[in-house]
Amino acid sequence: MSMLHTVNKSPFESNGLRSCLAHASKGDTVLLIEDGVYAALKGTAVSGDLWRCRIDVKFCVLGADLAARGLDKGRLIDGIRVVDYGGFVDLVTEHGRTQAWL
Amino acid sequence: MAYQYNGHTIEHDEEGYLTDISLWSPELALEIAKGENIEMTEERWEVVNFLRSYYDEYQVAPAIRVLTKALAKSMGPAKGNNDYLYELFPYGPAKQACKIAGLPKPTGCV
Amino acid sequence: MAEAAKSGAAPAPAKAKKKFLYVNRKAPYGTIYALESLEVVLIAAAFEQEVSLAFLDDGVFQLSKGQDTAGIGMKCFAPTYRALGDFGVTKLYVEKEALSERGLTVEDLQQVTYEDENDGFKAKPSIVLIDRAALAKVMAEQDVILSF
Repeated sequence: MSMLHTVNKSPFESNGLRSCLAHASKGDTVLLIEDGVYAALKGTAVSGDLWRCRIDVKFCVLGADLAARGLDKGRLIDGIRVVDYGGFVDLVTEHGRTQAWL
Repeated sequence: MAYQYNGHTIEHDEEGYLTDISLWSPELALEIAKGENIEMTEERWEVVNFLRSYYDEYQVAPAIRVLTKALAKSMGPAKGNNDYLYELFPYGPAKQACKIAGLPKPTGCV
Repeated sequence: MAEAAKSGAAPAPAKAKKKFLYVNRKAPYGTIYALESLEVVLIAAAFEQEVSLAFLDDGVFQLSKGQDTAGIGMKCFAPTYRALGDFGVTKLYVEKEALSERGLTVEDLQQVTYEDENDGFKAKPSIVLIDRAALAKVMAEQDVILSF
């Protein structure tokens, strides 16, 4: 059974995302929430890391947290799926298990 | 709320656990026990002393099975069980013995 | 389950234990996470599930030897890790990479042991050094992961 990982800290402030990617298994999904959404932006110092290191992991980002921070969807790395709260719940049920990277 | 004995005033919470666990003394234990209607026999001191030394070493109250195992070792298998502990402390070893021993209310104790 | 039935294996016990992993990633005194994790582990231990702990990132600092909090007015909970065995928690996974990134070796950690009931109550080490890839596998095998 695969795992849903949530990351809620900015990658510029915390190593939560990096550690998450180092421990996620193939087929897992990483959902970026709260300040974690900054990791989804194109052209940052971490966007290369995020994308290159795990092509076997899916990435999602919570739309409400993007909107709250004034981040337009056009600024996201290609291939990151934006989900709403209902989509968040679906991800939780699809994966069965959730691990929070705080 | 406080225990009063020999001119000392030692504060406790609403359930009788000490506010500052460093203020415990054997005389205070007798005072707390009195409030619980417990007479401090040698057997009860054995439990209280074990709780204190365990807490001193690990900063946590022992699991019940650790307590029963220790009693079995020191007082024989007939006394290393839950029944015996409840005989000594009818409201439960966690509730009464820890309180008398001056330990904080055990984590997870309801 | 279906497979077990097919192969005629013994049915799972009515109340199968779940595997719980507590993931510790923060240093001990700067935030409340480490102490909260330990308290939750002690409470959860009463429920007789299969509980293990993982220490990675700054979480490895929780097990450092020689902690003395007298000067900062906080409870020193490091000794409590040594009591975990008494509560049936006998596996503390420590990630090798997290140690070496911080210039630590296992010698810098306190010793934690448990008494093995199935082996004459011999004291055995609770700390299991594990590399990142193996820890990822351990995580993937859990029923429940609680993060601190």
